[in-house]
Amino acid sequence: MDKRLERILPKVQKPARYTGGEYNQIIKNKEDVELRLAFCFPDTYEIGMSNLGMKILYHTMNSLPYVWCERVFAPWGDMYDEMKRHNIPLYALESGDALEDFDVLAFSVGYEMAYTTVLDMLDMASLPVRSADRSSLLPLVFAGGSAGVNPEPMAPFVDLFVIGEGEEMNNELLALLRTAKRENWDKQSFLIKAARIGGVYVPSLYNITYQEDGTVKTIEPSCGAPAKVKKRIIKNLDGVPFPTDPIVPSTEVVQDRVNVELFRGCVRGCRFCQAGHIYRPIRAKKPETVIRQGIETLQKTGYEDVTLLSLSSSDYRHLSQTCDGLLEYCESRSIGVSLPSLRADNFSMELMEKLQRVRKSGLTFAVEGGSQRLRDAINKNVTEEDLLNTCRIAFAGGWNSVKLYYMLGLPTETDEDIIGIAEMADQVLHCWRQYAKNKNRGVRITISTSCFIPKPHSPFQWEAQVTPEEYLRRVNLLRSSITARNVVYNWHDAETSVIEAVLSRGDRKVADAIEDVWRQGGRLEAWSDYFSYDRWITAFQKAGIDPAFYAFRDRPNEEVLPWDMIDVGVRKQHLIHERAMAYEARLSPDCRKTCSACGAAALLEGGKCDG
Amino acid sequence: MDKYRMRFQKTGRSIYISHLDLMHTMQRAFSRAGFRIRYSEGFNPHPILSIILPLSVGTASLCEIMDFRMTEDPDPSEIVEKLNRTLPEGITVLEAYEPQRKASELKYLAIEGRMEYDNASIQEMTEALQSFYSAESIIISKKSKRGYSDFDVIRGIREIHFTAGESFVEVKAVISAQEPTFNPDLLSEALQQKRPALQPDFAAFTRLETYDCEMQLFR
Repeated sequence: MDKRLERILPKVQKPARYTGGEYNQIIKNKEDVELRLAFCFPDTYEIGMSNLGMKILYHTMNSLPYVWCERVFAPWGDMYDEMKRHNIPLYALESGDALEDFDVLAFSVGYEMAYTTVLDMLDMASLPVRSADRSSLLPLVFAGGSAGVNPEPMAPFVDLFVIGEGEEMNNELLALLRTAKRENWDKQSFLIKAARIGGVYVPSLYNITYQEDGTVKTIEPSCGAPAKVKKRIIKNLDGVPFPTDPIVPSTEVVQDRVNVELFRGCVRGCRFCQAGHIYRPIRAKKPETVIRQGIETLQKTGYEDVTLLSLSSSDYRHLSQTCDGLLEYCESRSIGVSLPSLRADNFSMELMEKLQRVRKSGLTFAVEGGSQRLRDAINKNVTEEDLLNTCRIAFAGGWNSVKLYYMLGLPTETDEDIIGIAEMADQVLHCWRQYAKNKNRGVRITISTSCFIPKPHSPFQWEAQVTPEEYLRRVNLLRSSITARNVVYNWHDAETSVIEAVLSRGDRKVADAIEDVWRQGGRLEAWSDYFSYDRWITAFQKAGIDPAFYAFRDRPNEEVLPWDMIDVGVRKQHLIHERAMAYEARLSPDCRKTCSACGAAALLEGGKCDG
Repeated sequence: MDKYRMRFQKTGRSIYISHLDLMHTMQRAFSRAGFRIRYSEGFNPHPILSIILPLSVGTASLCEIMDFRMTEDPDPSEIVEKLNRTLPEGITVLEAYEPQRKASELKYLAIEGRMEYDNASIQEMTEALQSFYSAESIIISKKSKRGYSDFDVIRGIREIHFTAGESFVEVKAVISAQEPTFNPDLLSEALQQKRPALQPDFAAFTRLETYDCEMQLFR
């Protein structure tokens, strides 16, 4: 180990996250590989090691014999300061080698607030943050992850983006890079060829022109780059490699358990939801696959818990069968099975009872809107009756804590809708009084609200966000409407939401502000410890950017959007239709009742959606 | 036999795994090896597995001891062989056996350490350290669960020798493992409190061997 590192590790919090050496890490001989890849996660070890995408792609990229993919995370503040003080560059965990020895830096970017950390990690790797200032082919800097569906705010920093699911695409890209390295191509020639790989977006090959009002006028591809970059998907989830031997961290991480996906995509079509649209079409694993992968991973990791992941567990057709199959293995071994993202219905309650025989933790419902009219407008198909029915079963079954999640600032929301949230909490309380088995233990009803953030590729991508002042007015309205003592109200701050709104629908001009925030010390800004609203506002001013233009402006359907070159599969016309339905408070049936012909099925090239 | 004791090493990168994390790591390593640790009965069952002397983060060891119970009674050699395939880098099981002695009989630890000085003569430091630690008593203020209290460092040290290495002072000592528990980090701590000029820029320690009160090997 590096002598300098040896001196600082005993001084920092949780040093085990900076050492590597965990069980199942992949060690290769660096002389035997042609490409050394640093897989960078722009947040802490605990967050990054919990990310299923990281685990999958670590495995698939390492399956190439000529690639050694190693992990890199962002150090927490204390470690960061020590590294700067001792001049220690950012290093990869497996080998401990500094990033300057690497051929590729691949970033997994899942949320906008990680943008400044990407720049910081480039800088800690002694690289210029702007793509244009890195003239040689190597190291290549690319990025993927769900934030890539609007790559524009990060366009000047990243050499190329991979859009969609990376299991196949990343390896095609690395095969091309291997040839390029062998044959000594220059960076430009490589990027032009890379842009022909499906799902690859090379920002420098697109010229963006603007209208006088600051909106995008045209997006002009050059050098043969496609006008629309179509998202890549894995057509058959049963056939794609899935690591049943992921790394087992030697120190606690956020998701310290086995994670297995049930399916990708979502049938629901909630109009505020980006994930429900960008991960389409629906592709499920067979129950046998889920059970086999779950058990195998438990055996190879030694974990005591397994979680089945998807955007909406209740919509998995074989849920009972899968849970039974896993429980058969898990119960005798005291291994817990958990299912997040259940809907509020009777079936889910029975399942929960089955899974959580011992511990009755709290129930959480994402209700989102305070009235039926508003829930219809956002296409969140949950009725008050559903919710109260579920609560009745839960309270009768001995549960005594319920969490209700809402968004404030949704399109068409009125004060009545907000007061409706408090009324619903009262109903839940009333339900508890009627049905609770043991009232001595009391009840805890928690309402949480966050500020709605319009996201690209969702039907609300054109909508205005409410201003922080308006959000706080609504928060206060809700606060004063809550009278019951057993109801606790938590609300997210408005400031982070504003910045997230600007970044998520930003264009390339926003990049200057991102760079400035980073230069002023911004990093790890998803953590309130490090977030500074004033630093962002100052940076926007310096860059001549009006946050209101990006966050609070209602856009006409015809406007060219900064992310229009990215095709996630769902047609724009479908989103426009859904937006119109919202204003009529009309529900769209879920995909299984009626196919809305959103367009995503075309990505399967003849395959059957939800097959 | 369902009671087992094993001795293991914790070196290299694994020295930064904290005591609590090590317990989880061990549990999972057993599970990966196909073994089932016995759980306690009662309302909140927990695995029966304990490490006799918790090791501080950053200290290496060639002589850790862990007691545990199992639901089946596998052959000890099988435990050693299988666990060594499922443990993370740096942790190696040396042997497993049925414990014959109580954990409380472990009394002394042999340790060695490296004290690094960036701007001082190693020779001079070696002599000064030997002389400092030859005192009858060295009372320092030590943090405990109930705030700070006075502690005589010398009471924790059975023997101690300093020798000049090429770039550091090498220390070899026998220290008290229990009653009182003496953490080798106190060797630097005492210097910081009493003789800052002798405080090393960096010190790292390794546990070498376990002994009983008669200075016989403890197993």
